[in-house]
Amino acid sequence: MLQLILAIKYMFKRRIASLAVLTVALSVFVTLVVLTVMHGLLAGWKDVNHALVGDCVVGTESLVGFAYYDELMTRLEALPDVAAVSPVVKTYGLFTETSTGYSNGIEVMGIDPVRHAKATEFARFLHYRSDQVGQVFDAVGDANRPGCAFGVDCVLMRDQNGEYPFSDFLWPRDYDVTCFPLTARGVLKRSGVGEVSTKRFTLTDTVHSGLPKNDDQVVYVALHEAQQLSGMDLPVPRISALHIRFREATTINQGTQETASVFEAFKQDCAGRNLAFLLDTVHVQDWKRYCRAMIAPVEKEELALVFMFVLVGLTTVFIVLVIFYMIVSHKSKDIGTLKSMGVSSIQIMGLYWLFALMIGSLGAGLGLGGGWLFLSRMNGVEAWLFEKFHFQLFNRAMFAIDEIPHDIDVSMVVLIGLFALVSCLTGALIPAWQAARLQPAKTLQVSQL
Amino acid sequence: MSDVILEARNIHKAYRMGAAQVSVLKGVDLKVNAGEFLAVIGASGSGKSTLLHLFGGLDRADQGSVLFQGKDLTRLGMGGLNRFRNRDAGFVFQFYHLLDELNILENVLVPVMAGCSVGAWLSCRAQARIKAQDLLGRMGLKDRLAHKPYQLSGGERQRVAIARALINDPVLLLADEPTGNLDSATGNSILEVFEQLNRDGQTIVMVTHDARIAHQATRTIQLVDGKIRQGLSEPNLS
Ligand SMILES: Nc1ncnc2c1ncn2[C@@H]1O[C@H](COP(=O)(O)OP(=O)(O)O)[C@@H](O)[C@H]1O
Ligand SMILES: [Mg+2]
Repeated sequence: MLQLILAIKYMFKRRIASLAVLTVALSVFVTLVVLTVMHGLLAGWKDVNHALVGDCVVGTESLVGFAYYDELMTRLEALPDVAAVSPVVKTYGLFTETSTGYSNGIEVMGIDPVRHAKATEFARFLHYRSDQVGQVFDAVGDANRPGCAFGVDCVLMRDQNGEYPFSDFLWPRDYDVTCFPLTARGVLKRSGVGEVSTKRFTLTDTVHSGLPKNDDQVVYVALHEAQQLSGMDLPVPRISALHIRFREATTINQGTQETASVFEAFKQDCAGRNLAFLLDTVHVQDWKRYCRAMIAPVEKEELALVFMFVLVGLTTVFIVLVIFYMIVSHKSKDIGTLKSMGVSSIQIMGLYWLFALMIGSLGAGLGLGGGWLFLSRMNGVEAWLFEKFHFQLFNRAMFAIDEIPHDIDVSMVVLIGLFALVSCLTGALIPAWQAARLQPAKTLQVSQL
Repeated sequence: MSDVILEARNIHKAYRMGAAQVSVLKGVDLKVNAGEFLAVIGASGSGKSTLLHLFGGLDRADQGSVLFQGKDLTRLGMGGLNRFRNRDAGFVFQFYHLLDELNILENVLVPVMAGCSVGAWLSCRAQARIKAQDLLGRMGLKDRLAHKPYQLSGGERQRVAIARALINDPVLLLADEPTGNLDSATGNSILEVFEQLNRDGQTIVMVTHDARIAHQATRTIQLVDGKIRQGLSEPNLS
């Protein structure tokens, strides 16, 4: 009983206790805010990558692609765990805006929009034809002119608020897209006009995923157009990859394994065919592996941050230790007095642990509460700052985020809170033990006062 | 009044000061009878506090034994020792040693709280409060219950300390120069409190280096050279 009362009194009557609480609260606050933002950025980043790619990719990075894909598709579609498969051509080229002559390098993605929208969340990123993805490449007016959907940053400039100047109606703009058609052996085809093939497209939509790599250097066209441009159409049609979506109940791992074994069997069955060698460069990867170049650095960064905040936690332990050490040495007379009245060493230890627990819970509570408040208001505050002072944490003209992530992860909150408590108890461990060991006769000796 | 409450048998106590060994008590034999007011005098540094700490179970003798009501304190375990400190002995110090964070009433209640669990405290709290208020009333501090120690004068603080020492009805009241930090008028009034307590039957052992104060006691002993000299043993001798 005495411990409880004394701990409460120490808590509220000693300024140093509020300093300790403040220290804990500050560490907890910073940890929660930074980890939440970082975790949110990473989660959003992963989500977009996943949405763009689908669950699994059977593909090659070689620019010549692989053949017999329709047979492989049939086999994959027969799997009960596979919900959708989309063949994709991925190649590189140049685009030139016909009216201005502006020209730049570009990644050309050939897709069957309906299939692709089933295998990935492609449709979600379209601005105009989100609801009629089948017509994404249909040019208004000229039915013969093929359409294309550019990454939004290729054709529009963001303003400071991160908004694109979309008009209700997309004015027809024409682009010449040029690729280098390659044979299955990887040499330039000497066909048609020469060593390159060029085709004129009309802009029919924009793709806004939030991934810079996608939005400022990709153009989507119909699959057969891309096959033509890249030389993958003849004599045996080829593609770069199959993007696959699994059924809801199927885990990514399980689906990927099944896909891999189907592919291996397919590869065996193709042995001896003309273009079987192309299958050697094909890999089966789940979306995380496929996107690892994009995700891994961000994941590493998050890990580094977590590690840094463990260090912050250790600093907290140390600060609590110092504060408790000060309190105990300052209170040794009180401890001696208490012991002279029959308070046991265990009770003294309990007193300081209770005190530490209170500092920890109060600090964690304040820090978490403050962090929550800050996170929930952060975007509003940022918007206000921008309006009043033109200050922006993330310049939206540059960063592809709509708002700073602020979704609080409950398990993270619990973990940080527990970590704060453990830190305080650890910090108080040695001082509490020292207090418990104090000899009453020694502390009460007159010369010691 | 010949019941022996406390008995010291050939106590030795030495402190190590670096390499040197300082012998403070060199064979003290002493009996304290029930109802007695025993004054221990001696020069500063003669070991009076050391002796009192041994009586109160705050320290252990190197040699010899301290018997409280026939039980050897040196043989008690930690639990037994804490119970002895809490129930059987009350301590009053020269510098009061009140807890700054607690008010007067709470300070007096500390030994009660120390001796019981949360549940026990909740059931005996009301009773303990009445008793503490009563004690503080007897000390003339009825109106100061909610004050903090720093708001009180030295004499008042010492009265609070006395009330605290008495809250668990100890058999033995030990006081270490309780007037040492007070001016003589205030010191006298504190002394009167002790006398009154003694008249009501409280057994007291008081340490002082002031021979005048010692005359108020029923018996006085002197610590000289680590041993007891019975020179001033008869009261009203001066
Ligand atoms: N814990 C201790 N460690 C070392 N020396 C001590 C300790 N306690 C007391 N002493 C020494 O023992 C001697 C007696 O001290 P004390 O009992 O306080 O004397 P008194 O109370 O009579 O003034 C002094 O010389 C003092 O310095
Ligand atoms: Mg002394």
